[in-house]
Amino acid sequence: MAVSTLAGAPPAPQPPQPEEGKRPRRRGAYVPYLLLLPGMLWLVVFFLVPMLSLASQSLQTGDVDNGYALTFNFATYADALSTYWPQLLRSLIYAATATVATLALGFPLAWFIAHRSGRYKNFLLVLVIAPFFTSFLIRTLAWQTILGDTGLLAQFTAFTHTDFLLSGFKSLLRTFGLISNDQLLFSPFAVICGLTYNFLPFMVLPLYANLERLDQRLVEAAGDLYASPVQAFRRVIWPLSLPGVVAGTLLTFIPATGDYINSVLLGSTQTTMIGQVIDAQFLRVLDYPTAAALSFILLLLIVAFVVTYVRRAGTEELV
Amino acid sequence: MAWLRRHLVIIVGLLVMLYILAPNFVVIAFSFNNPAGRFNYQWNQFSFDAWTNVCGVPGMCDSLGLSLQIGIIASLTAAVLGTMVAFALGRYRFRARAGTNLLIFLPMATPEVVMGSSLLTLFIAMGIPTGRTTILIAHIMFCLSFVIVTVKARVASLDPRLEQAASDLYANEVQTFLKVTFPLVAPGIAAGTLLAFSLSFDDFIITNFNASPSSVTFPMYVWGAAQRGTPVQINVIGTIMFLGALAIVVIGQVLNSRRSRQIV
Repeated sequence: MAVSTLAGAPPAPQPPQPEEGKRPRRRGAYVPYLLLLPGMLWLVVFFLVPMLSLASQSLQTGDVDNGYALTFNFATYADALSTYWPQLLRSLIYAATATVATLALGFPLAWFIAHRSGRYKNFLLVLVIAPFFTSFLIRTLAWQTILGDTGLLAQFTAFTHTDFLLSGFKSLLRTFGLISNDQLLFSPFAVICGLTYNFLPFMVLPLYANLERLDQRLVEAAGDLYASPVQAFRRVIWPLSLPGVVAGTLLTFIPATGDYINSVLLGSTQTTMIGQVIDAQFLRVLDYPTAAALSFILLLLIVAFVVTYVRRAGTEELV
Repeated sequence: MAWLRRHLVIIVGLLVMLYILAPNFVVIAFSFNNPAGRFNYQWNQFSFDAWTNVCGVPGMCDSLGLSLQIGIIASLTAAVLGTMVAFALGRYRFRARAGTNLLIFLPMATPEVVMGSSLLTLFIAMGIPTGRTTILIAHIMFCLSFVIVTVKARVASLDPRLEQAASDLYANEVQTFLKVTFPLVAPGIAAGTLLAFSLSFDDFIITNFNASPSSVTFPMYVWGAAQRGTPVQINVIGTIMFLGALAIVVIGQVLNSRRSRQIV
Protein backbone atom coordinates (compact mmCIF):
# COMPACT_ATOMS: atom_id res chain seq x y z
CA MET A 1 0.00 0.00 0.00
CA ALA A 2 2.63 2.48 1.12
CA VAL A 3 4.96 1.41 -1.66
CA SER A 4 2.39 1.96 -4.40
CA THR A 5 1.47 5.42 -3.08
CA LEU A 6 5.13 6.32 -2.99
CA ALA A 7 5.68 5.02 -6.49
CA GLY A 8 2.73 7.02 -7.75
CA ALA A 9 3.82 10.16 -5.93
CA PRO A 10 5.58 12.14 -8.66
CA PRO A 11 2.63 13.41 -10.72
CA ALA A 12 3.28 12.29 -14.27
CA PRO A 13 2.27 14.89 -16.87
CA GLN A 14 -0.99 13.57 -18.19
CA PRO A 15 -3.03 14.69 -21.15
CA PRO A 16 -6.17 16.42 -19.94
CA GLN A 17 -8.65 13.60 -19.90
CA PRO A 18 -11.42 12.86 -17.46
CA GLU A 19 -10.00 11.17 -14.41
CA GLU A 20 -11.93 7.99 -14.36
CA GLY A 21 -11.83 5.13 -11.94
CA LYS A 22 -8.74 6.39 -10.22
CA ARG A 23 -10.03 8.55 -7.44
CA PRO A 24 -13.62 7.68 -6.68
CA ARG A 25 -13.23 8.93 -3.16
CA ARG A 26 -12.77 12.54 -4.18
CA ARG A 27 -15.73 12.68 -6.53
CA GLY A 28 -18.40 10.69 -4.78
CA ALA A 29 -17.93 10.89 -1.05
CA TYR A 30 -21.38 9.37 -0.69
CA VAL A 31 -20.48 6.15 -2.57
CA PRO A 32 -19.12 4.20 0.42
CA TYR A 33 -22.15 5.13 2.48
CA LEU A 34 -24.49 3.89 -0.25
CA LEU A 35 -22.58 0.61 -0.37
CA LEU A 36 -22.66 0.26 3.39
CA LEU A 37 -26.25 1.28 3.91
CA PRO A 38 -28.30 -1.87 3.18
CA GLY A 39 -25.96 -4.31 4.94
CA MET A 40 -25.35 -2.13 7.94
CA LEU A 41 -29.03 -1.27 8.21
CA TRP A 42 -29.78 -4.97 8.32
CA LEU A 43 -27.30 -5.48 11.15
CA VAL A 44 -28.61 -2.47 13.06
CA VAL A 45 -32.26 -3.46 12.76
CA PHE A 46 -31.88 -7.21 13.25
CA PHE A 47 -28.86 -7.35 15.53
CA LEU A 48 -28.49 -4.14 17.55
CA VAL A 49 -32.17 -3.27 17.99
CA PRO A 50 -32.98 -6.81 19.20
CA MET A 51 -30.32 -6.39 21.89
CA LEU A 52 -32.21 -3.31 23.14
CA SER A 53 -35.45 -5.21 22.89
CA LEU A 54 -33.85 -8.04 24.89
CA ALA A 55 -32.74 -5.60 27.59
CA SER A 56 -36.20 -4.07 27.67
CA GLN A 57 -37.91 -7.46 27.84
CA SER A 58 -35.75 -8.47 30.79
CA LEU A 59 -36.98 -5.45 32.79
CA GLN A 60 -40.66 -5.96 32.08
CA THR A 61 -43.30 -7.58 34.23
CA GLY A 62 -46.45 -9.28 33.12
CA ASP A 63 -47.33 -12.54 31.43
CA VAL A 64 -47.96 -13.87 27.96
CA ASP A 65 -51.75 -13.65 28.17
CA ASN A 66 -52.11 -10.16 29.62
CA GLY A 67 -49.12 -8.53 27.98
CA TYR A 68 -46.00 -6.95 29.43
CA ALA A 69 -45.20 -3.50 30.80
CA LEU A 70 -41.75 -1.99 31.27
CA THR A 71 -41.38 -1.61 35.03
CA PHE A 72 -37.59 -1.69 35.37
CA ASN A 73 -37.94 -4.75 37.52
CA PHE A 74 -34.29 -5.52 38.26
CA ALA A 75 -35.40 -8.20 40.69
CA THR A 76 -35.72 -10.53 37.67
CA TYR A 77 -31.94 -10.45 37.34
CA ALA A 78 -31.41 -11.29 41.01
CA ASP A 79 -33.95 -14.11 40.84
CA ALA A 80 -32.56 -15.48 37.59
CA LEU A 81 -29.00 -15.41 38.92
CA SER A 82 -29.85 -17.00 42.25
CA THR A 83 -31.81 -19.79 40.54
CA TYR A 84 -29.62 -20.48 37.55
CA TRP A 85 -26.07 -19.62 38.62
CA PRO A 86 -25.06 -23.30 38.64
CA GLN A 87 -25.97 -23.67 34.96
CA LEU A 88 -24.23 -20.40 34.14
CA LEU A 89 -21.07 -21.38 35.98
CA ARG A 90 -21.18 -24.86 34.43
CA SER A 91 -21.42 -23.35 30.94
CA LEU A 92 -18.34 -21.22 31.56
CA ILE A 93 -16.39 -24.15 33.00
CA TYR A 94 -17.35 -26.55 30.21
CA ALA A 95 -16.60 -23.93 27.54
CA ALA A 96 -13.24 -23.05 29.12
CA THR A 97 -12.28 -26.73 29.41
CA ALA A 98 -13.31 -27.36 25.82
CA THR A 99 -11.32 -24.31 24.69
CA VAL A 100 -8.19 -25.53 26.43
CA ALA A 101 -8.75 -28.97 24.91
CA THR A 102 -9.17 -27.54 21.39
CA LEU A 103 -5.96 -25.57 21.88
CA ALA A 104 -4.06 -28.62 23.12
CA LEU A 105 -5.31 -30.73 20.21
CA GLY A 106 -5.42 -28.00 17.60
CA PHE A 107 -1.90 -26.69 18.07
CA PRO A 108 -0.08 -29.91 17.08
CA LEU A 109 -2.48 -30.40 14.18
CA ALA A 110 -2.05 -26.81 12.94
CA TRP A 111 1.73 -27.12 13.24
CA PHE A 112 1.67 -30.45 11.44
CA ILE A 113 -0.40 -29.03 8.56
CA ALA A 114 1.60 -25.82 8.34
CA HIS A 115 5.11 -27.25 8.46
CA ARG A 116 5.20 -31.01 8.16
CA SER A 117 2.52 -32.02 5.67
CA GLY A 118 4.39 -31.17 2.47
CA ARG A 119 2.25 -31.55 -0.61
CA TYR A 120 -0.73 -32.85 1.37
CA LYS A 121 -1.25 -29.43 2.93
CA ASN A 122 -4.34 -28.43 0.94
CA PHE A 123 -5.81 -31.89 1.21
CA LEU A 124 -5.49 -31.84 4.99
CA LEU A 125 -6.99 -28.36 5.20
CA VAL A 126 -10.01 -29.58 3.23
CA LEU A 127 -10.33 -32.52 5.63
CA VAL A 128 -10.30 -30.15 8.61
CA ILE A 129 -13.28 -28.23 7.27
CA ALA A 130 -14.92 -31.28 5.67
CA PRO A 131 -16.96 -32.15 8.80
CA PHE A 132 -18.73 -28.79 8.44
CA PHE A 133 -20.36 -30.15 5.32
CA THR A 134 -22.48 -32.59 7.30
CA SER A 135 -25.10 -31.14 9.59
CA PHE A 136 -23.45 -30.87 12.98
CA LEU A 137 -26.50 -32.26 14.76
CA ILE A 138 -26.03 -35.50 12.83
CA ARG A 139 -22.34 -35.54 13.68
CA THR A 140 -23.03 -34.90 17.33
CA LEU A 141 -25.47 -37.81 17.33
CA ALA A 142 -22.69 -39.95 15.89
CA TRP A 143 -20.84 -39.52 19.19
CA GLN A 144 -23.63 -41.49 20.84
CA THR A 145 -22.67 -44.36 18.56
CA ILE A 146 -18.99 -43.95 19.38
CA LEU A 147 -19.15 -43.40 23.14
CA GLY A 148 -22.08 -45.68 24.02
CA ASP A 149 -21.62 -48.58 26.48
CA THR A 150 -21.48 -51.07 23.62
CA GLY A 151 -20.40 -48.36 21.21
CA LEU A 152 -17.61 -48.31 18.66
CA LEU A 153 -14.92 -47.23 21.14
CA ALA A 154 -15.77 -50.07 23.53
CA GLN A 155 -15.95 -52.57 20.66
CA PHE A 156 -12.69 -51.34 19.18
CA THR A 157 -10.78 -51.61 22.47
CA ALA A 158 -12.28 -55.05 23.13
CA PHE A 159 -11.34 -56.20 19.62
CA THR A 160 -7.74 -54.96 19.91
CA HIS A 161 -7.43 -56.12 23.54
CA THR A 162 -6.76 -52.58 24.72
CA ASP A 163 -9.68 -52.46 27.16
CA PHE A 164 -7.17 -51.72 29.90
CA LEU A 165 -6.43 -48.36 28.21
CA LEU A 166 -10.11 -47.53 28.13
CA SER A 167 -10.70 -48.47 31.77
CA GLY A 168 -7.57 -46.53 32.76
CA PHE A 169 -8.91 -43.53 30.88
CA LYS A 170 -12.25 -43.96 32.62
CA SER A 171 -10.74 -44.03 36.09
CA LEU A 172 -8.76 -40.91 35.17
CA LEU A 173 -12.02 -39.21 34.16
CA ARG A 174 -13.64 -40.39 37.38
CA THR A 175 -10.93 -38.79 39.51
CA PHE A 176 -11.67 -35.48 37.78
CA GLY A 177 -15.40 -36.01 38.24
CA LEU A 178 -15.98 -35.99 34.51
CA ILE A 179 -17.89 -39.28 34.63
CA SER A 180 -19.76 -40.62 37.64
CA ASN A 181 -20.01 -44.35 36.93
CA ASP A 182 -18.71 -46.61 34.20
CA GLN A 183 -20.65 -44.77 31.49
CA LEU A 184 -18.87 -42.42 29.09
CA LEU A 185 -22.03 -41.16 27.45
CA PHE A 186 -24.43 -38.72 29.16
CA SER A 187 -21.66 -37.32 31.34
CA PRO A 188 -19.72 -34.03 31.62
CA PHE A 189 -16.96 -35.79 29.71
CA ALA A 190 -19.25 -36.54 26.76
CA VAL A 191 -20.47 -32.92 26.66
CA ILE A 192 -16.95 -31.49 26.76
CA CYS A 193 -15.81 -34.05 24.20
CA GLY A 194 -18.63 -32.97 21.92
CA LEU A 195 -17.92 -29.27 22.41
CA THR A 196 -14.22 -29.84 21.73
CA TYR A 197 -15.04 -31.81 18.63
CA ASN A 198 -17.53 -29.27 17.29
CA PHE A 199 -15.30 -26.23 17.72
CA LEU A 200 -11.91 -27.75 16.95
CA PRO A 201 -11.84 -26.47 13.34
CA PHE A 202 -12.49 -22.93 14.66
CA MET A 203 -9.25 -23.25 16.63
CA VAL A 204 -7.20 -25.06 13.97
CA LEU A 205 -7.88 -22.64 11.09
CA PRO A 206 -6.73 -19.36 12.75
CA LEU A 207 -3.80 -21.20 14.35
CA TYR A 208 -2.83 -22.62 10.97
CA ALA A 209 -3.05 -19.18 9.32
CA ASN A 210 -0.76 -17.86 12.02
CA LEU A 211 1.73 -20.74 12.24
CA GLU A 212 2.11 -20.91 8.47
CA ARG A 213 3.63 -17.44 8.49
CA LEU A 214 5.95 -18.30 11.36
CA ASP A 215 9.52 -18.30 10.12
CA GLN A 216 10.96 -21.77 10.77
CA ARG A 217 14.45 -20.30 10.90
CA LEU A 218 13.58 -18.62 14.19
CA VAL A 219 12.98 -22.04 15.71
CA GLU A 220 16.23 -23.31 14.24
CA ALA A 221 18.02 -20.24 15.61
CA ALA A 222 16.63 -21.02 19.07
CA GLY A 223 17.99 -24.55 18.73
CA ASP A 224 21.37 -23.23 17.60
CA LEU A 225 21.45 -21.11 20.74
CA TYR A 226 21.06 -24.27 22.83
CA ALA A 227 17.36 -23.87 23.60
CA SER A 228 15.68 -27.18 24.33
CA PRO A 229 12.56 -27.94 22.28
CA VAL A 230 10.46 -26.96 25.30
CA GLN A 231 12.30 -23.65 25.67
CA ALA A 232 12.04 -22.98 21.94
CA PHE A 233 8.32 -23.54 22.18
CA ARG A 234 7.87 -21.32 25.23
CA ARG A 235 10.16 -18.48 24.19
CA VAL A 236 9.75 -18.43 20.39
CA ILE A 237 6.82 -20.37 18.97
CA TRP A 238 4.20 -19.59 21.62
CA PRO A 239 4.70 -15.78 21.75
CA LEU A 240 4.68 -15.56 17.95
CA SER A 241 1.53 -17.65 17.67
CA LEU A 242 -0.42 -15.60 20.22
CA PRO A 243 -2.57 -13.73 17.64
CA GLY A 244 -3.75 -17.07 16.26
CA VAL A 245 -4.32 -18.38 19.76
CA VAL A 246 -6.37 -15.31 20.69
CA ALA A 247 -8.52 -15.56 17.55
CA GLY A 248 -9.01 -19.31 17.99
CA THR A 249 -9.87 -18.93 21.67
CA LEU A 250 -12.54 -16.32 20.88
CA LEU A 251 -14.03 -18.41 18.08
CA THR A 252 -14.20 -21.44 20.36
CA PHE A 253 -15.08 -20.10 23.79
CA ILE A 254 -17.89 -17.75 22.73
CA PRO A 255 -20.06 -20.20 20.80
CA ALA A 256 -19.23 -23.01 23.24
CA THR A 257 -20.59 -21.00 26.20
CA GLY A 258 -23.97 -20.52 24.57
CA ASP A 259 -24.18 -23.97 23.00
CA TYR A 260 -26.68 -26.46 24.33
CA ILE A 261 -26.83 -28.99 21.53
CA ASN A 262 -23.98 -31.02 22.99
CA SER A 263 -25.32 -30.88 26.52
CA VAL A 264 -28.77 -32.02 25.39
CA LEU A 265 -27.67 -34.76 22.98
CA LEU A 266 -24.64 -36.07 24.89
CA GLY A 267 -25.33 -34.98 28.47
CA SER A 268 -27.82 -35.63 31.23
CA THR A 269 -29.93 -33.53 33.58
CA GLN A 270 -26.72 -33.03 35.56
CA THR A 271 -24.99 -31.27 32.65
CA THR A 272 -27.60 -28.61 31.81
CA MET A 273 -25.99 -25.53 30.31
CA ILE A 274 -27.30 -21.97 30.31
CA GLY A 275 -28.42 -22.03 26.68
CA GLN A 276 -30.75 -24.90 27.49
CA VAL A 277 -32.32 -22.86 30.31
CA ILE A 278 -32.79 -19.82 28.05
CA ASP A 279 -34.32 -21.99 25.34
CA ALA A 280 -36.71 -23.66 27.77
CA GLN A 281 -37.73 -20.39 29.47
CA PHE A 282 -38.42 -18.73 26.13
CA LEU A 283 -40.09 -21.52 24.22
CA ARG A 284 -41.69 -23.80 26.80
CA VAL A 285 -42.07 -22.03 30.17
CA LEU A 286 -42.83 -18.76 28.35
CA ASP A 287 -41.25 -16.72 31.14
CA TYR A 288 -39.87 -14.08 28.79
CA PRO A 289 -38.38 -11.69 31.39
CA THR A 290 -36.33 -14.40 33.10
CA ALA A 291 -35.22 -15.81 29.76
CA ALA A 292 -34.27 -12.36 28.51
CA ALA A 293 -32.40 -11.57 31.74
CA LEU A 294 -30.39 -14.79 31.48
CA SER A 295 -29.65 -14.12 27.83
CA PHE A 296 -28.53 -10.59 28.67
CA ILE A 297 -26.31 -11.79 31.51
CA LEU A 298 -24.66 -14.24 29.11
CA LEU A 299 -24.17 -11.42 26.60
CA LEU A 300 -22.58 -9.16 29.23
CA LEU A 301 -20.22 -11.94 30.34
CA ILE A 302 -19.16 -12.55 26.75
CA VAL A 303 -18.75 -8.83 26.00
CA ALA A 304 -16.55 -8.43 29.09
CA PHE A 305 -14.47 -11.37 27.90
CA VAL A 306 -14.22 -10.11 24.31
CA VAL A 307 -13.33 -6.53 25.30
CA THR A 308 -10.39 -7.79 27.34
CA TYR A 309 -9.21 -9.79 24.37
CA VAL A 310 -9.87 -7.22 21.64
CA ARG A 311 -7.88 -4.62 23.59
CA ARG A 312 -4.91 -6.86 22.99
CA ALA A 313 -5.62 -7.91 19.41
CA GLY A 314 -7.42 -4.95 17.77
CA THR A 315 -10.67 -5.19 15.81
CA GLU A 316 -9.14 -4.70 12.38
CA GLU A 317 -7.05 -7.80 12.84
CA LEU A 318 -10.01 -9.90 13.92
CA VAL A 319 -12.41 -8.72 11.22
CA MET B 1 12.65 -43.38 20.61
CA ALA B 2 14.39 -40.73 18.56
CA TRP B 3 12.12 -41.69 15.68
CA LEU B 4 9.10 -41.26 17.94
CA ARG B 5 10.27 -37.85 19.08
CA ARG B 6 10.91 -36.65 15.54
CA HIS B 7 7.52 -37.84 14.33
CA LEU B 8 5.54 -36.96 17.43
CA VAL B 9 3.88 -33.94 15.79
CA ILE B 10 2.81 -36.04 12.82
CA ILE B 11 1.42 -38.84 14.99
CA VAL B 12 -0.51 -36.45 17.23
CA GLY B 13 -1.69 -34.49 14.18
CA LEU B 14 -3.04 -37.63 12.51
CA LEU B 15 -4.75 -38.73 15.73
CA VAL B 16 -6.46 -35.33 16.02
CA MET B 17 -7.43 -35.66 12.36
CA LEU B 18 -9.05 -39.00 13.21
CA TYR B 19 -10.96 -37.32 16.06
CA ILE B 20 -12.21 -34.70 13.60
CA LEU B 21 -13.27 -37.20 10.95
CA ALA B 22 -14.46 -40.20 13.00
CA PRO B 23 -18.09 -38.99 13.32
CA ASN B 24 -18.28 -38.49 9.55
CA PHE B 25 -17.20 -42.09 8.98
CA VAL B 26 -19.82 -43.21 11.48
CA VAL B 27 -22.51 -41.17 9.70
CA ILE B 28 -21.58 -42.72 6.35
CA ALA B 29 -21.33 -46.28 7.69
CA PHE B 30 -24.61 -46.06 9.59
CA SER B 31 -26.47 -44.89 6.50
CA PHE B 32 -26.25 -48.56 5.47
CA ASN B 33 -27.59 -49.83 8.76
CA ASN B 34 -30.89 -51.55 9.38
CA PRO B 35 -31.37 -50.66 13.03
CA ALA B 36 -33.20 -52.96 15.41
CA GLY B 37 -35.14 -50.23 17.21
CA ARG B 38 -36.22 -46.67 16.58
CA PHE B 39 -32.73 -45.27 17.10
CA ASN B 40 -29.91 -45.72 14.64
CA TYR B 41 -27.08 -45.83 17.20
CA GLN B 42 -26.25 -49.54 17.20
CA TRP B 43 -25.10 -51.58 14.23
CA ASN B 44 -27.59 -54.30 13.35
CA GLN B 45 -27.34 -55.41 9.73
CA PHE B 46 -26.30 -54.08 6.34
CA SER B 47 -29.06 -52.62 4.22
CA PHE B 48 -29.62 -50.31 1.25
CA ASP B 49 -33.19 -49.55 2.36
CA ALA B 50 -32.58 -45.97 3.44
CA TRP B 51 -30.72 -45.15 0.23
CA THR B 52 -33.46 -46.51 -2.04
CA ASN B 53 -36.18 -44.79 -0.04
CA VAL B 54 -34.69 -41.46 1.03
CA CYS B 55 -37.97 -39.59 1.41
CA GLY B 56 -39.65 -42.54 3.07
CA VAL B 57 -39.93 -40.87 6.47
CA PRO B 58 -42.73 -38.33 6.84
CA GLY B 59 -41.67 -34.70 6.98
CA MET B 60 -37.96 -35.12 6.41
CA CYS B 61 -37.81 -34.16 2.75
CA ASP B 62 -40.17 -31.23 3.35
CA SER B 63 -37.82 -29.91 6.01
CA LEU B 64 -34.92 -30.49 3.67
CA GLY B 65 -36.67 -28.48 0.96
CA LEU B 66 -37.33 -25.63 3.38
CA SER B 67 -33.70 -25.61 4.51
CA LEU B 68 -32.48 -25.54 0.91
CA GLN B 69 -34.86 -22.72 0.05
CA ILE B 70 -33.91 -20.65 3.08
CA GLY B 71 -30.21 -21.41 2.58
CA ILE B 72 -30.25 -20.28 -1.05
CA ILE B 73 -32.22 -17.07 -0.48
CA ALA B 74 -30.30 -16.15 2.69
CA SER B 75 -26.86 -16.82 1.23
CA LEU B 76 -27.56 -14.94 -2.00
CA THR B 77 -29.00 -11.94 -0.16
CA ALA B 78 -26.12 -11.93 2.29
CA ALA B 79 -23.70 -12.24 -0.64
CA VAL B 80 -25.08 -9.12 -2.36
CA LEU B 81 -25.29 -6.98 0.78
CA GLY B 82 -22.00 -8.31 2.13
CA THR B 83 -20.08 -7.74 -1.09
CA MET B 84 -21.22 -4.12 -1.16
CA VAL B 85 -20.03 -3.60 2.41
CA ALA B 86 -16.75 -5.39 1.67
CA PHE B 87 -16.05 -3.06 -1.26
CA ALA B 88 -16.84 -0.02 0.86
CA LEU B 89 -14.43 -1.24 3.52
CA GLY B 90 -11.73 -2.32 1.11
CA ARG B 91 -11.83 0.65 -1.26
CA TYR B 92 -12.98 3.76 0.51
CA ARG B 93 -12.10 5.93 3.39
CA PHE B 94 -15.09 7.05 5.42
CA ARG B 95 -16.01 8.09 8.89
CA ALA B 96 -17.25 5.59 11.44
CA ARG B 97 -14.94 2.94 10.06
CA ALA B 98 -14.11 1.56 13.49
CA GLY B 99 -17.81 1.49 14.37
CA THR B 100 -18.59 -0.36 11.14
CA ASN B 101 -15.90 -2.93 11.82
CA LEU B 102 -17.23 -3.41 15.33
CA LEU B 103 -20.79 -3.89 14.08
CA ILE B 104 -19.54 -6.54 11.65
CA PHE B 105 -17.48 -8.27 14.30
CA LEU B 106 -20.15 -8.34 17.02
CA PRO B 107 -22.53 -10.90 15.46
CA MET B 108 -19.62 -13.30 15.10
CA ALA B 109 -18.72 -12.76 18.76
CA THR B 110 -22.22 -13.21 20.14
CA PRO B 111 -23.46 -16.62 21.25
CA GLU B 112 -26.20 -17.92 18.98
CA VAL B 113 -28.59 -18.33 21.85
CA VAL B 114 -28.35 -14.58 22.60
CA MET B 115 -28.88 -13.60 18.94
CA GLY B 116 -31.78 -16.01 18.53
CA SER B 117 -33.54 -15.02 21.74
CA SER B 118 -33.03 -11.27 21.24
CA LEU B 119 -34.52 -11.45 17.75
CA LEU B 120 -37.44 -13.37 19.20
CA THR B 121 -38.07 -10.59 21.74
CA LEU B 122 -38.09 -8.09 18.87
CA PHE B 123 -40.59 -10.16 16.91
CA ILE B 124 -42.73 -10.60 20.01
CA ALA B 125 -42.64 -6.88 20.77
CA MET B 126 -43.56 -6.00 17.19
CA GLY B 127 -46.26 -8.65 17.08
CA ILE B 128 -44.66 -10.38 14.10
CA PRO B 129 -45.53 -14.08 13.94
CA THR B 130 -42.50 -16.35 13.63
CA GLY B 131 -42.12 -18.56 10.58
CA ARG B 132 -40.31 -18.79 7.29
CA THR B 133 -39.80 -15.01 6.95
CA THR B 134 -38.38 -14.54 10.44
CA ILE B 135 -35.99 -17.46 9.88
CA LEU B 136 -34.83 -15.81 6.66
CA ILE B 137 -34.30 -12.45 8.39
CA ALA B 138 -32.23 -14.12 11.11
CA HIS B 139 -30.16 -16.15 8.67
CA ILE B 140 -29.29 -13.16 6.49
CA MET B 141 -28.27 -11.32 9.66
CA PHE B 142 -25.78 -13.89 10.92
CA CYS B 143 -24.48 -14.77 7.43
CA LEU B 144 -23.67 -11.15 6.55
CA SER B 145 -20.59 -10.80 8.74
CA PHE B 146 -19.03 -13.98 7.41
CA VAL B 147 -19.57 -12.92 3.79
CA ILE B 148 -18.12 -9.48 4.50
CA VAL B 149 -14.99 -10.90 6.13
CA THR B 150 -14.42 -13.40 3.31
CA VAL B 151 -14.94 -10.93 0.45
CA LYS B 152 -13.07 -8.14 2.21
CA ALA B 153 -9.97 -10.34 2.44
CA ARG B 154 -10.16 -10.91 -1.30
CA VAL B 155 -10.69 -7.20 -2.10
CA ALA B 156 -7.77 -6.26 0.13
CA SER B 157 -5.45 -8.73 -1.61
CA LEU B 158 -6.27 -7.32 -5.07
CA ASP B 159 -3.35 -5.72 -6.83
CA PRO B 160 -4.48 -2.09 -7.44
CA ARG B 161 -2.15 -1.91 -10.44
CA LEU B 162 -4.42 -4.27 -12.39
CA GLU B 163 -7.26 -1.78 -12.22
CA GLN B 164 -4.89 1.08 -13.01
CA ALA B 165 -3.73 -0.86 -16.05
CA ALA B 166 -7.35 -1.29 -17.16
CA SER B 167 -8.03 2.42 -16.93
CA ASP B 168 -4.72 3.17 -18.65
CA LEU B 169 -6.04 1.03 -21.48
CA TYR B 170 -9.07 3.35 -21.72
CA ALA B 171 -11.51 1.12 -19.89
CA ASN B 172 -14.14 3.19 -18.14
CA GLU B 173 -15.17 2.61 -14.56
CA VAL B 174 -17.94 0.17 -15.43
CA GLN B 175 -15.77 -1.80 -17.84
CA THR B 176 -12.94 -1.94 -15.33
CA PHE B 177 -15.29 -3.26 -12.69
CA LEU B 178 -16.95 -5.86 -14.93
CA LYS B 179 -13.84 -7.08 -16.75
CA VAL B 180 -11.14 -6.77 -14.10
CA THR B 181 -12.32 -6.18 -10.58
CA PHE B 182 -15.33 -8.46 -10.43
CA PRO B 183 -13.70 -11.56 -11.98
CA LEU B 184 -10.79 -11.16 -9.57
CA VAL B 185 -13.05 -10.83 -6.52
CA ALA B 186 -15.54 -13.48 -7.71
CA PRO B 187 -13.78 -16.46 -6.04
CA GLY B 188 -14.02 -14.61 -2.73
CA ILE B 189 -17.71 -13.92 -3.27
CA ALA B 190 -18.28 -17.56 -4.23
CA ALA B 191 -16.46 -18.74 -1.10
CA GLY B 192 -18.42 -16.32 1.06
CA THR B 193 -21.72 -17.42 -0.46
CA LEU B 194 -20.92 -21.09 0.05
CA LEU B 195 -19.90 -20.40 3.63
CA ALA B 196 -23.14 -18.49 4.20
CA PHE B 197 -25.15 -21.32 2.68
CA SER B 198 -23.55 -23.94 4.88
CA LEU B 199 -24.01 -21.76 7.98
CA SER B 200 -27.65 -21.18 7.12
CA PHE B 201 -28.31 -24.80 6.20
CA ASP B 202 -26.72 -26.06 9.40
CA ASP B 203 -28.11 -23.57 11.88
CA PHE B 204 -30.23 -24.90 14.66
CA ILE B 205 -30.17 -22.60 17.70
CA ILE B 206 -31.10 -19.27 16.09
CA THR B 207 -33.60 -20.98 13.80
CA ASN B 208 -35.26 -22.79 16.67
CA PHE B 209 -36.01 -19.48 18.39
CA ASN B 210 -37.51 -17.88 15.31
CA ALA B 211 -39.40 -20.77 13.73
CA SER B 212 -42.96 -21.96 14.05
CA PRO B 213 -44.33 -25.51 14.13
CA SER B 214 -45.21 -25.14 10.45
CA SER B 215 -41.67 -24.07 9.42
CA VAL B 216 -39.44 -26.99 10.39
CA THR B 217 -35.96 -26.84 8.89
CA PHE B 218 -33.77 -29.92 8.45
CA PRO B 219 -31.69 -29.34 11.62
CA MET B 220 -34.93 -28.87 13.56
CA TYR B 221 -36.20 -32.13 12.10
CA VAL B 222 -33.01 -33.91 13.22
CA TRP B 223 -33.35 -32.36 16.68
CA GLY B 224 -36.89 -33.68 16.96
CA ALA B 225 -35.79 -37.06 15.64
CA ALA B 226 -33.11 -37.29 18.33
CA GLN B 227 -35.96 -37.34 20.85
CA ARG B 228 -38.44 -39.53 18.95
CA GLY B 229 -36.18 -41.92 17.08
CA THR B 230 -33.61 -41.32 14.38
CA PRO B 231 -34.46 -42.61 10.90
CA VAL B 232 -31.52 -43.95 8.88
CA GLN B 233 -32.46 -41.49 6.12
CA ILE B 234 -30.91 -38.70 8.22
CA ASN B 235 -27.54 -40.39 7.74
CA VAL B 236 -28.17 -40.72 4.01
CA ILE B 237 -28.73 -36.95 3.78
CA GLY B 238 -25.63 -36.36 5.91
CA THR B 239 -23.57 -38.60 3.62
CA ILE B 240 -24.87 -36.94 0.45
CA MET B 241 -24.12 -33.48 1.88
CA PHE B 242 -20.62 -34.53 2.90
CA LEU B 243 -19.71 -36.12 -0.44
CA GLY B 244 -21.41 -33.37 -2.45
CA ALA B 245 -19.55 -30.61 -0.63
CA LEU B 246 -16.26 -32.51 -0.96
CA ALA B 247 -16.92 -32.74 -4.70
CA ILE B 248 -17.54 -28.98 -4.90
CA VAL B 249 -14.29 -28.28 -3.06
CA VAL B 250 -12.30 -30.65 -5.28
CA ILE B 251 -13.79 -29.13 -8.44
CA GLY B 252 -13.03 -25.67 -7.10
CA GLN B 253 -9.43 -26.64 -6.39
CA VAL B 254 -9.00 -28.12 -9.84
CA LEU B 255 -10.47 -25.03 -11.52
CA ASN B 256 -8.29 -22.83 -9.37
CA SER B 257 -5.06 -24.64 -10.14
CA ARG B 258 -5.91 -24.77 -13.84
CA ARG B 259 -6.54 -21.03 -13.87
CA SER B 260 -3.36 -20.21 -12.00
CA ARG B 261 -1.46 -22.42 -14.45
CA GLN B 262 -2.97 -20.45 -17.31
CA ILE B 263 -1.91 -17.15 -15.75
CA VAL B 264 1.62 -18.40 -15.16
